[in-house]
Amino acid sequence: MSQPSNLPRWATLWLMPVLNLFAALLVSGLVITLIGEDPVECLQLMINGAFGYPEGIGYTLFYTTSFIFTGLAVAAAFHAGLFNIGGEGQMYLAGLGVTLVCLGLDFLPGWVVIPLALLASMVFGAAWAFIPGYLQAKRGSHIVVTTIMFNFIASALMTWLLVDKLIMPGSQTPATRLFAESAWIPMLHELAANLGVELPQTPLNATFFLALLALVLFYLMVWRSHWGYTLRTVGLNEKAARYAGMPVSKVIIVAMCFSGALAGLAAVNELLGSTHRMNLAFTNGIGFVGIAVALMGRNHPFGILLSALLFGALTQGGLDLSFEKPAITHEMIILTQGLIILFCGALENLFQTPLALAFKQMTKR
Amino acid sequence: MDSFFSVLDATIRVATPLVLAALAGLFSERSGIVDLALEGKMLAAAFAAACVAYMMQSPWAGLAAGMVAGVMVALLHGIVSIGYNGNQLISGVALNMMVSGLTPVLALAWYQQGGRTPTLDDAARFRSVELPFADAIAASAPLKALFGHNILVYLAVLVIVVVSWVVYKSRFGLRLRAVGENPHAADAAGINVKLVRYLAQSISGALCGVAGAYLVLAQTGAFIQDMTAGKGYLALAALIFGKWRPWAAVSGCLLFAFTDAIQIRLQGSELPLIGSIPDAFIQAIPYVLTVVLLAGFMGRAVAPKAIGVPFVKSR
Repeated sequence: MSQPSNLPRWATLWLMPVLNLFAALLVSGLVITLIGEDPVECLQLMINGAFGYPEGIGYTLFYTTSFIFTGLAVAAAFHAGLFNIGGEGQMYLAGLGVTLVCLGLDFLPGWVVIPLALLASMVFGAAWAFIPGYLQAKRGSHIVVTTIMFNFIASALMTWLLVDKLIMPGSQTPATRLFAESAWIPMLHELAANLGVELPQTPLNATFFLALLALVLFYLMVWRSHWGYTLRTVGLNEKAARYAGMPVSKVIIVAMCFSGALAGLAAVNELLGSTHRMNLAFTNGIGFVGIAVALMGRNHPFGILLSALLFGALTQGGLDLSFEKPAITHEMIILTQGLIILFCGALENLFQTPLALAFKQMTKR
Repeated sequence: MDSFFSVLDATIRVATPLVLAALAGLFSERSGIVDLALEGKMLAAAFAAACVAYMMQSPWAGLAAGMVAGVMVALLHGIVSIGYNGNQLISGVALNMMVSGLTPVLALAWYQQGGRTPTLDDAARFRSVELPFADAIAASAPLKALFGHNILVYLAVLVIVVVSWVVYKSRFGLRLRAVGENPHAADAAGINVKLVRYLAQSISGALCGVAGAYLVLAQTGAFIQDMTAGKGYLALAALIFGKWRPWAAVSGCLLFAFTDAIQIRLQGSELPLIGSIPDAFIQAIPYVLTVVLLAGFMGRAVAPKAIGVPFVKSR
């Protein structure tokens, strides 16, 4: 996606994302000033809300978990040269998979149900990504448009299912009944209590470790495996890949399924880790934040870990901030996310050219 | 028969903003710039129209403000994708998110009504046009369906005619299509590719501006958070459905608007043979149709050739 640059590697990997992030925060700060609040004070409140006390950190890491999965999902598709905007819909459908397993098999013990639910989330997410992937590979339909359409179709389908079919009998709100307690993924404070350590009650749960494992596996699969090599070759130059005898269509379809499965795991964190039932709004834009996370993290697991942490902190700090400052609502965070996507994903040339010039000057001397 | 005309009436009302936005997307995409930002352009326009119409108590001032806001977002999309050769898909997604976040923040700061703007008085809205024999029109369903709309609906009809003329018969239209199909050939022929693309973006912004203003000034009477609710993407779907051609895109909009209009009628009613259809299925029809069309199962939808590729002048 990026153009060849004549910058040193460290500048492309570290300096540029930081500069882009800074520019995005600067514009957010201007908007905050415009509505009559103090941006510096807001930033302090946010950092304090995200990292300043144990409960805040727990919530930050809980949001980080979901963002790692959707960020990896976007990155997986990016490495095959595909822009998967459908993370939101894939996560939605994965939630259906989790719910069907948990509600249908709730007579089974947790150690059977939880792995099955994990599997179902990946299978359902992958299936919802498979169709756009197949259509791109075999029929040439543009993946971006198809995944957007699939987000809308997923939303219509899930609304119907939740309002008409899966709703708890006798209830007015479109949500399922609670899952059996055996299927709940243990919270971190419960695990810590078993070890005799006292942690505050937050939704942070064992899925967090699964996310860290996913980061490592992602690295091994994409950079250290034969399949990953094929994936990246197709992404960098499809024609060359085809000429080298790589099965391009198959790679595209598998990459999309991989991407959808990763997005699906975000549903596990939300449903089995926190709410323990499915409601209409559980995806809450997490799929879209994945785009920002992947772009900011340069599609690399380590970068994704850092940027997922940043967006987790933005979400949690933003929530805390909105309690202190009612004028700064959750929408301010959406604006900031949009700005970060714009500066990191589409305006990377903004700083590249002046930086390249500056480095040229420095090396001349 | 009366229900036929009331469906027709609803179809026209729903289709108007879609038609305007789809034609906006046509300019942008025919010039070679992917336009996922239609949604953001419309939403920004709706917000600006609501604020200015409320302040000035005039729908025309609101319309103008909507167009200015639409053009501003479009030029931002232009600067990113034409000026800085940025990724157009990402720019579109980012702009939509930014507008969706910014508008309720500003609305809350300025009006303290929880992310919406105050409801407009009748004087600040577009009402049905006053034709002679107004009573006769109001009384008869077929006349009301055709002549009982506000001025923007008729403006949209005019826009369709003008756009199809401009795109296919005018000098600018030829350049627009050339730039979108093969910018290097157009460049060699002496056409300023970037200028044509910026112009196309501005037109796209202005048309989206009218579409966004329509939502507030002719329909809801106030700005509501995320009130475009996917209409920009629906317009894009109609554009693809119409294979990037004006009249076909308009028919796509009418078809999508029709599914929306009958959905309200079919709610809870039993159809012969099929039984009752859940709303959600009818809501999903436009999206499913677009996917089917893109997959090439209903004739091929071929995009402008240079779409999405930044133009870097060859030396």
